[in-house]
Amino acid sequence: MKMNGARILLECLKMEGVDTVFGYPGGTVINLYDELFTFKEIRHILPRHEQAGVHAADGYARATGKVGVAIATSGPGATNTVTGIATAYMDSIPLVVITGQVPTALIGNDAFQEVDIIGITRPCTKHNFLVRDVKELAAIVKKAFYIARSGRPGPVLIDLPKDVQIAISEFKYPDSVDIRGYKPTIEGHPKQVEKAVSLLLGAKRPVIYVGGGVISSDAAAELTELARSLGTPVTTTLMGLGAFPENDPLSLGLLGMHGTYYANMAMTNSDLIVAVGARFDDRVTGKIATFAPHAKIIHIDVDPTSIKKNVRVDLPIVGDVKDVLTRMLKVVEEQDRVEEFRAGLAPWLDEIAGWKAKHPITYKQPASTIKPQYVIQKLRELSDADAIIATDVGQHQMWTAQFFGFTRPRTLLSSGGLGTMGYGLPAAMGAQAAFPKRQVIAVCGDGGFQMNLQELATLVQNRLPVKIVILNNNFLGMVRQWQELFFEKRYSSTCLELPIDFIKLAEAYGAKGFQATKPDEVEKVIREGFKASGPVIMEFKVAREEKVLPMVPAGASLNEMVLNA
Amino acid sequence: MQHTIAVLVENEFGVLSRVAGLFSGRGFNIDSLSVAPTNDESISRMTIVTRGDEQILEQINKQLNKLIDVIKVIDYTDESAIEREMALIKVTAEEESRAEVLRIVDIFRAKIIDVTPKSYTIEATGAPAKIDAILELLRPLGLKELVRTGPVAIGRGAKGWKG
Repeated sequence: MKMNGARILLECLKMEGVDTVFGYPGGTVINLYDELFTFKEIRHILPRHEQAGVHAADGYARATGKVGVAIATSGPGATNTVTGIATAYMDSIPLVVITGQVPTALIGNDAFQEVDIIGITRPCTKHNFLVRDVKELAAIVKKAFYIARSGRPGPVLIDLPKDVQIAISEFKYPDSVDIRGYKPTIEGHPKQVEKAVSLLLGAKRPVIYVGGGVISSDAAAELTELARSLGTPVTTTLMGLGAFPENDPLSLGLLGMHGTYYANMAMTNSDLIVAVGARFDDRVTGKIATFAPHAKIIHIDVDPTSIKKNVRVDLPIVGDVKDVLTRMLKVVEEQDRVEEFRAGLAPWLDEIAGWKAKHPITYKQPASTIKPQYVIQKLRELSDADAIIATDVGQHQMWTAQFFGFTRPRTLLSSGGLGTMGYGLPAAMGAQAAFPKRQVIAVCGDGGFQMNLQELATLVQNRLPVKIVILNNNFLGMVRQWQELFFEKRYSSTCLELPIDFIKLAEAYGAKGFQATKPDEVEKVIREGFKASGPVIMEFKVAREEKVLPMVPAGASLNEMVLNA
Repeated sequence: MQHTIAVLVENEFGVLSRVAGLFSGRGFNIDSLSVAPTNDESISRMTIVTRGDEQILEQINKQLNKLIDVIKVIDYTDESAIEREMALIKVTAEEESRAEVLRIVDIFRAKIIDVTPKSYTIEATGAPAKIDAILELLRPLGLKELVRTGPVAIGRGAKGWKG
């Protein structure tokens, strides 16, 4: 059937199973929006800023495991997507971002709202495409979705000139895709898997170190089974939270800069680390030279470039985490020394229990001021079991990671790699669009919330009942904490002095606002906020100079933690 | 350690930028880079001379392979390969040095491709070390301008890159 490029794009999205897109119209996508007007199979959500649109698509992707889709116009629309794209790229989130472009004849002429978005996004996309002929469009969309979701997932951008949207062509969606330069390794090498199991069963002090790869490959069940069958402790990165239930006795919680004492001590004293879908980020390893000095390292990752990038690896296994873990489970089943191995771990588990008892993750709640950790703990107690938590970036993010106790994959949406303030609210919006019935909570600081607060309008307009929690300390808290610890309390530009009336703000947008200023009001506000219909802001005036602890100072070794300061 | 890497890429616009951007973005060195289409017009071949320790070179190889438009990466350091480079060299050649320049050109089996009363322009081809050697001899005579292509490399033996 013949149709214009704009319609072809929409038909392609439909073929890919896209049901929701987040987009903002403009001059070079006006033809696309004209087609969208009558295209009922796709729900279009209009954010109030293109950056938020991409974060929403990202939140949608993280919560569902599907590819998130965002649309923006050329020029400023396109450049506004860049932070969202870079955020998704750093955390390996599958997105297809479609930008309008000036007509092909004008490209390179500094036309109105022209920008070289292909050039700009080259380093922060997995791949990008400029469509120069409508005949290529369907094949490019097919490739874009395939690239975005396969191997190590990531964002792909399609730049679509206005004339290509108008041009008419026969629509035929390709059945298959074959890119000769892109053949991700999915199956783990059987010999390497056998070696890994044998190495693991020879260890006395093993730790499984889990990253976001376990979540993106939907392998939480396999991971949990493996860890439990081997009785081996598990620590997760920020991106890995939810991949292993934190209420399991084998869980060591978060590791790294703000990880638990016991996770960092276990890594430092381990004789074998099994890294699963994790990339040894500097926030995880601390000083590389002294990282896990006694450990052999098995590294399972779908992306070969992650292996041996930051740390030496004794046994690499390239492959999809789910495939490799499934193979490992089979090999483990065939072993007759598993019982012996488990028995041999007793002293190691005792040592870890000692660390847990010595320095648990804790805080003290006085009668007068609300501790932010207390709010997170109450959120955990009062929220639904399948609630989705999106965070912004900073102290509240770390407190959420430390105190929420995630037990299910895809329930924490957080910008880990790029650390994007302003991410939380729009990401929650995307997740809520995907799961209208589930409880979706955006945990924000007062700083990050204000970076994308315009999305309150989108929430109200689209009846997306996101519960927004603002831990308000009138500071850019994490930077302030660094200034306190390392810059002699010179609070340079980190005090957000102007007191904002968040309740009135909520009301201005047609949402509801609640506020707690004392500890005994916290529970009431959370209950009221959860009970209220529609989007809600719950503001908690928290202890202003509370710090996230423990903390491994930047550049220090993992076992050199600041525990009380 | 210097390495010569051949990178077979889709012959599409923007590919050079992807490769160059990868090197600059990750702080890898490029000593030289040459690129042109191959016998298969849909494929271009880049020859990149780079430097780094073993870990960096492993990353360079893996990162290049990760680019969607990269079809194959061949690292020639561990393999027997032939490298050739061309240089165009403009040297001062006045009375006393004209004969000397000619002798050097002859020894290196280079060619004079342009002549003026005051200069010769020489075309020299060979392994990079040979180009370095001819330049060392010509430099004292008055080197006015130099263009080098950077080496291109091909594996020895009967097999092509597809095997």
